[in-house]
Amino acid sequence: MRLFSDSCTAVNKGTTTFTTITQDILRDIDQRQSLNHFLSVGKDSAIVQAQQSDERYAEEKPLALDGMVVAVKDNLSTRNFPTTCASKMLGEYRPVYDATVVERLAAHGAIIIGKTNMDEFAMGSSGENSAFGKTLHPLNGDYVPGGSSSGSAVAVAAGHAHASLGSDTGGSVRQPAAFCGIVGYKPSYGRLSRYGLVAFASSLDQVGIFAPDIPTTATMMDALSGHDANDATSANLAPTQAMATLDEYANKSLTIAVLPEEIIKDCSPEVLEVYKQCLDILQDNGITLLQAQIPANDAWIPTYYVLATAEASSNLARFDGIRYGFRAEINNDDDDIMTLTRSQGFGMEVKRRIMLGTYVLSAGHYDAYYKKAQQARRLIYDGYEHIFSQADALFLPTTPTTAFKFGEKLNDPIAMYLSDYFTVSANLAGIPAISIPAGNAANGFPVGMQLQTSLFQDERLLSIAHRFQQLFQS
Amino acid sequence: MENTQQIVERVAELSRLSFSEHEKNIFEVQFGKILHYIQTIENYDLAAVEPLTHIVTNQSSQRDDVPAECLTVDEALANAPKRNETFFKVPKVLQK
Repeated sequence: MRLFSDSCTAVNKGTTTFTTITQDILRDIDQRQSLNHFLSVGKDSAIVQAQQSDERYAEEKPLALDGMVVAVKDNLSTRNFPTTCASKMLGEYRPVYDATVVERLAAHGAIIIGKTNMDEFAMGSSGENSAFGKTLHPLNGDYVPGGSSSGSAVAVAAGHAHASLGSDTGGSVRQPAAFCGIVGYKPSYGRLSRYGLVAFASSLDQVGIFAPDIPTTATMMDALSGHDANDATSANLAPTQAMATLDEYANKSLTIAVLPEEIIKDCSPEVLEVYKQCLDILQDNGITLLQAQIPANDAWIPTYYVLATAEASSNLARFDGIRYGFRAEINNDDDDIMTLTRSQGFGMEVKRRIMLGTYVLSAGHYDAYYKKAQQARRLIYDGYEHIFSQADALFLPTTPTTAFKFGEKLNDPIAMYLSDYFTVSANLAGIPAISIPAGNAANGFPVGMQLQTSLFQDERLLSIAHRFQQLFQS
Repeated sequence: MENTQQIVERVAELSRLSFSEHEKNIFEVQFGKILHYIQTIENYDLAAVEPLTHIVTNQSSQRDDVPAECLTVDEALANAPKRNETFFKVPKVLQK
């Protein structure tokens, strides 16, 4: 992995330049194309941006993200790159505007190296659902890197970016971060603009950040957060001050809520072992652990899949083959252009979710599914409020297992959905959540542990995560 | 009460999606299982619970009524699968 702080130190010493670092990364990406983690790479534009960063460094007027090489998930609109959502539907699509987070990356001097592979329209937990081929785990090509932000996680884990952007609707940043042994952060809902993020489930979608460490994550968050008039759900809050407050919880007495035994019992032995080791480390360091009462945990996944698919069926109705994207060939007058386009343009998982969402919203089923899910969402939100009235944060595994093999869950949607068991509730409640590396399991694959805290307490989350990452590394 | 096959056919039509017979067969089995699974929500007593629709309850923001920058016609049509001067071109929709 490539630490941004190491690169900055080396450039400050004069031993290298951001241009050289960027050239090295471009060469490395080229050499490991088999990972299939990038859908497009901006060789020339990245070198130009790196040269500009070098110039600003030489003038001693660096911007906050100068020299940071960043990869961007291919569902974030970029004027200079295609934005395909890894779908045939948007195979040729080139946005005519930048997403707000992409605009802010550029405004703060980041070097955008390319666009990353993903599960189609961010629907999936394995990186297998891409129309452009699966993304491989950097440690073992027979295993999934997680998803849906598969390429963004692999780019950071393989050292092909200092950081990357993904999107997290039900765990799509935290789960691949855990599988690949890096940090994956989903900010509070509304804290990063969704303008230019191709919508999957608007009330759950949130742009997220991957990096090897918390300081890089915090630096990026401080630069990208802040209100955006182009996003009606953007929180009206000033940008975070996460770097300035990173050590706030370094020595504070902390009370951390932990999961009761019955909720974690279905985790794999490898994950359970690491979770318990982590709890020991926390206790040895004077942190108070509190058994949390988790209401409605059986409702996490069903509630999520009702709401997410309902919103997806509505959001993906825009893909009609008329205004942009793919259009099927019409062979006779009776062909319905919309049905043909959608049937040929979407992959199976996307169709499955559109179908489920259409069903739960259809007449006669709305109250039984959609309304009940919204009510269950309230229970889940209230449950978190109760936890955070007693504890500074909740500590739990990010995933029930480590990375699994390709094909293992592809034909069993429920098994695949359950790999998001520990992540969806944070999206339902809108709260900030982060996965941090907690060492390797006995099987050699990384294990991620998750912290969650109250809505809009992003600085607190990052500060506690910084302390925990240091504890788990030492 | 509809059976799963009828549900899948009706929902496919509503979704503007079509499936091969093979896909339909796979789908029906999966769809039935998923519907059964999401009925777990029924186990909770939710009668008195207010639905939660939005996490961020912003006031609608307003701005002065002055024209802002917007897309040009060429930009708006840049990704159209087919276009004709300043229009999206579509197959004819009226039957003979």
